[in-house]
Amino acid sequence: MLTYNPFTLENKTILVTGASSGIGKAIAIECSKMGAQVIVTARNEKRLQETFDRLAISTDQGHLRIIADLSNEVDIERLTNSVQNLDGLVNCAGIAKPQLFQFSNADELHEIMQANFFSAALLTQKLLKKKKMKKNSSIIFISSISGVKVSYIGGGLYSSTKAALSGLMKGIALEQASKGIRVNTIAPGMVNTHILDEGTITPEQLAEDVKKYPLKRYGEPEDIAYAAVYLLSDASSWVTGTDLLIDGGYTLQ
Amino acid sequence: MNLNEFINNFAEQFDDTDKSEFNADTLFHDLDEWSSMTALSIIGMVDEKYGITIKGDDIRSSETIEDLFKKLQEKK
Repeated sequence: MLTYNPFTLENKTILVTGASSGIGKAIAIECSKMGAQVIVTARNEKRLQETFDRLAISTDQGHLRIIADLSNEVDIERLTNSVQNLDGLVNCAGIAKPQLFQFSNADELHEIMQANFFSAALLTQKLLKKKKMKKNSSIIFISSISGVKVSYIGGGLYSSTKAALSGLMKGIALEQASKGIRVNTIAPGMVNTHILDEGTITPEQLAEDVKKYPLKRYGEPEDIAYAAVYLLSDASSWVTGTDLLIDGGYTLQ
Repeated sequence: MNLNEFINNFAEQFDDTDKSEFNADTLFHDLDEWSSMTALSIIGMVDEKYGITIKGDDIRSSETIEDLFKKLQEKK
């Protein structure tokens, strides 16, 4: 069969963090469907197993799962030591907690900065230092429209963490360019995940919010996963330092 | 936990509404100043002053300030 597919991930090994749910889970599954060997990591063993069981096997890729709490440097070290020759890294792990800034405190600031920024930064740093990222590999941080572009009431801390990722991405993109390692962020608008299930937002508020999207819906995790596939594939080999906006038109108006 | 004190704390989250408008039976959703911002302020205040986590649903399903106060007591 004649196949033409510039977006193939065959013969690539991709590490996905936050793979037990939401965007991370969709990215792991789509990467496996595109032929990659996928290494999934997350804290929750049961939920990570659910992702692992859904990974596609077309060519005996030998997917792996590694339990790790990325807020813990020992775990980051262990994770780094148990992988090698990565063609791709997708930093998806993160949390969102609506909170008015004036009611926030140092602990909460640390918690969200740790979960959304420090963990991804430290993991990426160690993988680069230990030469676990191959030449011409691709690093992705899942950022957000919140931060560099917009924010929302109760979103000050979350937006700060995402803006920090954008700055980090640009610096690393410059530093790693000589090795052909590409570094990009994806900036999604609101995506249908369970990230807000425990939060303070009501279904009515969500329904009202959807109306602000010109394409009249929130994103699905797969909408973001397809962008990750592009940035991980050789189709994007001249793309580095970009912040790929995927927001149903939200920031147009 | 005291209802009058809660009403005071509730009123403090507002800038332009007179304190006299806040009573146990105030229908707070109808206040001109009520918004997603004041709702999040109430959630923040309850967490800070009472150590209780309430959700948007708790606020939505409360009509009066006393309704919300009762929900706090149940969660205490």
